[in-house]
Amino acid sequence: MSGAPADDVAVKAAGVSKSFRLPTEQVSTLKEQVLHPTRRRRSETLHALRDVTFEVARGEVFGIVGRNGSGKSTLMKCLAGIYRADAGEMWLRGRMAPFIELGVGFNPDLTAHDNVLVNAVMLGLSPEVARERYGSVMDFAELHEFAELKLKNYSSGMQVRLAFSVMVHVDADLLLIDEVLAVGDAAFQQKCYDVLQRARDDGRTILLVTHDMEQVQRFCDRAMLLDRGRVVAVGDSRGVARQYTQLNFATPAERESIVRTGSPRGPQPGPATIIDAWAQTLAGGRTTLLEPGEASGAAMRVRFARAVSEPVFVFTIVDEHGRRALVLSSDRKPHATGEHAAGDEIDVAVGFTNHLAAGRYWISVQVLDRGGDDLLAFREDVYSFVVAGAGAGGGVMDLPHIFEVMPAPSMQEAANER
Amino acid sequence: MSAEAYRVRGPTAFGDGDVRRFWNLTRTLAATDWKVRFYGSVLGYVWTLLRPLMLFGIVYVVFSEVIDAGRGVEFYGVILLLAMMLYFFFSEVTGAGVTSMVDRESLLRKVGFPRAVVPLSVALVAAMNLALNLVVLAIFVVASGVQPRWTWLLLPIPFVLILVFATGVAMLLSALYVRYRDVRPIWEVVLQATFYATPILYPIEAVIGRSETLATIMLLNPIAAIIQESRHLLTGAMPLSEALGSGALVLVPLGILVAVTWLGLRVFDRMAPRAAEEL
Repeated sequence: MSGAPADDVAVKAAGVSKSFRLPTEQVSTLKEQVLHPTRRRRSETLHALRDVTFEVARGEVFGIVGRNGSGKSTLMKCLAGIYRADAGEMWLRGRMAPFIELGVGFNPDLTAHDNVLVNAVMLGLSPEVARERYGSVMDFAELHEFAELKLKNYSSGMQVRLAFSVMVHVDADLLLIDEVLAVGDAAFQQKCYDVLQRARDDGRTILLVTHDMEQVQRFCDRAMLLDRGRVVAVGDSRGVARQYTQLNFATPAERESIVRTGSPRGPQPGPATIIDAWAQTLAGGRTTLLEPGEASGAAMRVRFARAVSEPVFVFTIVDEHGRRALVLSSDRKPHATGEHAAGDEIDVAVGFTNHLAAGRYWISVQVLDRGGDDLLAFREDVYSFVVAGAGAGGGVMDLPHIFEVMPAPSMQEAANER
Repeated sequence: MSAEAYRVRGPTAFGDGDVRRFWNLTRTLAATDWKVRFYGSVLGYVWTLLRPLMLFGIVYVVFSEVIDAGRGVEFYGVILLLAMMLYFFFSEVTGAGVTSMVDRESLLRKVGFPRAVVPLSVALVAAMNLALNLVVLAIFVVASGVQPRWTWLLLPIPFVLILVFATGVAMLLSALYVRYRDVRPIWEVVLQATFYATPILYPIEAVIGRSETLATIMLLNPIAAIIQESRHLLTGAMPLSEALGSGALVLVPLGILVAVTWLGLRVFDRMAPRAAEEL
């Protein structure tokens, strides 16, 4: 696993570990060092990264997800050459531009103009090229009118805009982005997406740290899930996003199982267990193929570990782009869902007319308590089915519709007069 | 896109040999430092010259007219100005150098680049200041009627030595300061003390007249030695070897200079790569 990576690999990490010593009492004066040179400083070791191994292909958008403190940012800082890893090796190909802690290291006492020049040089441009690019950086950030304002007078959103703009203008082959898309207004977020999309189309490689699973599914080719410094899963972004969600909602015991096995399976000792879920035809037969326009259905089998009264059942149907196509919840109309004793096993079915556009879909199911506040059980992407037929031009729905073609009213009047 | 894969080894103190990038970074940081310093002042860069000159004016009046420290010393005004400029240069590099790594925290935490760029940019700014000051000094020298002498050609040597020494000390202090915040107050006191323990306000001849041993001890300080030798090269005053009492003793301040600078580089090389984690 060690040694230089293959030609098509842009980022390679093999066995990377990093730990920090956290002194339990902050000792930072010389006096203490001089007076107590032999006193063992009590410190705890925080293992921020343990044996992290992964590869990212050139031109890939690679998501890194994990809960707070899972080591995502430490990993980014090691890759960006800000921290030195304790063990393992990392390889990069091409020029790298980091975007860490929401910025590229601005000086609050300098104007935006000067900061852009300093940081462009920091990120690898020559001062001459940095000056040439300055205009387009400010264009992209839409901050021309504030160019001579000191950065300390910028709002945090403006600073992030400027920083992001610098980063995308330094011609890096490899972008390390830590949580940029969480800030900024919607318009700028969209702009970031567009730019990243373009960067990816240009064959640049992007590593993206994020908490937003929708972003991961929409944007990343593959993703990696970290938990307490360990790699839990590397794989297609849908699967990793699903595991992340499971990890997030899991009890500590379940977390152990997920982390250990890398799989969400294993005991789910919650108040309810979803044994299965599936799509079915009107007649009740399980199917992986739904006909367009037909009466169809989805179902789940649930076992209760304790008595539950009037639970809420939710089916969520997601398309292959991660878009929610349909959410069917039993509390939308008050459905009586009954009283269930511990040990009861029930089937819950929902019927609908299938107006989903042609394509592949996944069913996720949830069981909540009566008020809908407490999640009793959930499973994501339990079952996959296909809706047959020609596509609906990119939409998620294929509703019954008719086209009419006729002359405009003005044309009709003209015809009547004649 | 057929770039070679390269290994990431974490931050380094001195970079991976890309001299061009190192220089680009240093001069860019120095240029912005320079800019920040004079931001919002009407006279701007002129202050770089005016401030030491005004201070010099005060010191000159007090020490030559009131206390009469310069009695019997040839070109007292010129050597006072020379000594003050060199000492201020040293105190500027080291004083600003102490906090330089901490001041650049946001850069260090977000971008990987050779860490030595930070203290070196401080030294570069001070060196530009010194260069401007030397122009003023040259005017003074001519106006005071100092006769041109061939030893002026050797003046760059002590100037380079003080630049190297100041940079080495600044690197040492800046790396230590990241972990030990006591370094700054300690260094401020040290700077104060060395200012008075260096023959700046008073000529070394006055010390020799009182105690030759004391004069020798004072000149073992590399700063004092450099100032004395510059003075000799500029006006033909007593050379360093004579003031020390023995030519061989010149090696002591030189040795201290080399040792401290080497120590500064070593400590910086060891500690600076971890600075981002400790900030």
